[in-house]
Amino acid sequence: MLTSLLLLVGVTLVTFILTNLVPGDPVAASLGQRAAEDPEIVARFRREYGLDKSLVGQYLTYLGNLLHGDLGTSTTTHRAVAADLGGAVPATMEIAISAIVLSVLIGTVFGTFAAHRRGRVSDHVLRVVSLAGLSVPTFWLALVLYYFAYYKLHIAPGSGRLSVDFNVPPKITGLYTVDALLAGQLDTFLDAVAHLFLPVLVLTLYTVGLLTRFIRTAVLEVLDQDYVRAAHAKGLPARTVVWNYVLRGASIPVLTVVGLAFGSLLSGTVLVESVFSWPGIGSYAYEAASHLDLPGVMGVGLVVGTTYLLVNLLVDLLYGVLDPRVRLS
Amino acid sequence: MTRASRPAGATVTASLRRPGLVRRLRGGRWSAPLGIVGAVVVVAWLLVAALSPLLAPRDPLAQDLPRLQAPGSGALFGTDALGRDVFSRVLSGASVTIPLALLLVVLSVVVGAVLGAMSGFFGRWVDELVMRITDLVMAFPTVILAMVVAAALGASLFNAVLAALVVSWPAYARLTRGLVLGLRTSNFVISGQLLGISSWRLLARDIAPNVVGPILVLASLDIGTAVLLLSGLSFLGLGAKPPTAEWGSMVSDAVANFDSWWLGLFPGLAILTVVVAFNFLGDALRDALDPRSVTVRGGGPTL
Repeated sequence: MLTSLLLLVGVTLVTFILTNLVPGDPVAASLGQRAAEDPEIVARFRREYGLDKSLVGQYLTYLGNLLHGDLGTSTTTHRAVAADLGGAVPATMEIAISAIVLSVLIGTVFGTFAAHRRGRVSDHVLRVVSLAGLSVPTFWLALVLYYFAYYKLHIAPGSGRLSVDFNVPPKITGLYTVDALLAGQLDTFLDAVAHLFLPVLVLTLYTVGLLTRFIRTAVLEVLDQDYVRAAHAKGLPARTVVWNYVLRGASIPVLTVVGLAFGSLLSGTVLVESVFSWPGIGSYAYEAASHLDLPGVMGVGLVVGTTYLLVNLLVDLLYGVLDPRVRLS
Repeated sequence: MTRASRPAGATVTASLRRPGLVRRLRGGRWSAPLGIVGAVVVVAWLLVAALSPLLAPRDPLAQDLPRLQAPGSGALFGTDALGRDVFSRVLSGASVTIPLALLLVVLSVVVGAVLGAMSGFFGRWVDELVMRITDLVMAFPTVILAMVVAAALGASLFNAVLAALVVSWPAYARLTRGLVLGLRTSNFVISGQLLGISSWRLLARDIAPNVVGPILVLASLDIGTAVLLLSGLSFLGLGAKPPTAEWGSMVSDAVANFDSWWLGLFPGLAILTVVVAFNFLGDALRDALDPRSVTVRGGGPTL
C-alpha cells in the first residue's frame, strides 16, 4: 500500500518535472500571443496560479493542497481540476468499462475456440483477425466508422454522449446509461447506448485482438495439463470440461492481461475520444497537455495512476478468489 | 588454455548447442504463410520508403493540382484541400514514419537493454532505482504520458520520437533484467568473474549474446506499435508539422473535409498495412525463436 502511495506521488513528481524543466512556457501556452507580451498580465497570471514561487515551493504547495482533495485550478478551463475530472472520469469509464466487458466476453470465446482448433483453418483465421485488430490505427478506424455509420448511412448518432434533444439524466453515478435507467428514462438510456456504440466498438476491436491471443496461449497451456486429460477420461461432457476445468485454470494469466488491457484502454481512449468529441479524461488530458496546463495534467496523471493501481489491486484480490492456492498475506 | 588441451567433451557440447538463428528461422513455423506475407509487405514498404522521391509521380508538397479532386485518372488517390497529390504524399509518408519508428525501437532497445542489464547484473540500489522508474512510467497510460512529453517539448517529429521513447523503454528494461538475473548465477558467468574479467566485459561478451533473441522478438513486435504511436501523436497535432506528408497528420487533415473520404482513407490504409505486416512478421519470429511457444508439429492435443 505504501509503495502504491509513493508511486502516486511519483506520478505527480514526473508530471511536474516534465511540465517545468522543458522549453514550453505554460504562460504563453494558455494566454495567447497578445496577452503574453503584456508583462502585467503575465505577472498577474503567474501570481494567480502560484507560478511566481520557486519550483520546490510550487510542488510542495501542490502536494499540501492534494491532501485536502484540492487538485488545483486548471489554467485551461479556469475551473477546479477536481470538478473537471468529476465530469470527465465517468464519461471515460462508461466507454472503458463497456469495452473491457465486451472484449473479455468476445476474447474468451475466440481464444478458447482458437486453442481448441489449434493449427486448423479457424485458428489461423482468428490469428489474422486478432493481429489485424491490434494493427488498426484506432483514430482512423473511428473516423471511417463515423463516416459510414453517421455521415453516409445515418444509422449511428453524431458525436458526444447524448443527442441535443435529450437532457442529461440526474447525476447519480455519472454514467449516463445507468443514471437514465435509475431515473426511468428509457429513451435517454437508448440514446446514450447508441452514442456509446461506435467508440466502444473501436476500442473493443483492439482489446479483443490482445485478449484473444493471450487467452489462446493460456488455454493451450491448460489443455496440456493432466487434470484436463483426467476430466475427459472420466467422461465429463466437453462443455463441463471447458467451463469448470480449462477456463478456470486459464483464468489467472487471463486476469493479469485483462488488468493490463484496461490500462491500454485508458490510453486508447485519448485518440478515440478526440474523434467522437467524447468529454472524457482523454479529451481533457489532450486539452491540458497542449496548453501545458500543469494542474490539469497532474490531475489526469493522478486519476489514471490511481485507476491503474486499483485495477491491479482488484486483479490481485481476484487471484485469491479464483485460485484457492493463492492466499494474500 | 590452448586448443589442443581442450577436453574431449568440448566437441560434444558444441554439437548439442541449440540450432543457429538462421536454422531456427527456416525450420519450425517460420514457413508459416503469415510471416512470409508480412515479410514481403515489409520489404515493399521499406523499398517505398527508400525510393519514394523516385516513385512518387509528383512532388508531395507541390500545390499545383485542382483542389479536393476525387481519385481518378488525374490523381490516383485524389488531391487534398491544398491541391497536393494524395498518392505521392502517402508514398512519401513512408519515408517519414517508417525510419522514425525503426529509430524509436532501436533507441528503446538500447536504453532499455542497458538499464535492464545493469539492473539485473549489479542488483541492489541500481536495481531498485531502475525498477521503480519503470513502475512509474508503466503506471501512466502510454499515449497520455507521450502526449504530455510531446506537448512540453513542442510539436515536432523528433520530439514525438523522444516522447515515445520515454514510454517504450521500460518494457525492454524489464525483459532484459529478468533474463540477466537468470544468467548472473550461471556457471560461465561466475567462472568469468573468478578469472577476473570486468563486469562490463562480462555483460557485453558473455551475457549479451544470450539475451538477444527474446529482445529481438519483443522489438519486432514493437515496430508496429511504434508506427501507431508516432502517427497517433501526429494525428493529435503533436508530431509532424504541417507541410510534412505524415500519415497521422494526413488523417487528421481529413477531418476538416469530411466529404472527401479519400483524404483519410489512403493514409490510414498505409498505416494499417505497415503495422499488420510488421505484426505478422514479429508473430512468426516469436513462434520461431521463443522456445516456450514452440509447438510439437503434427502432435499436441486437439480436443
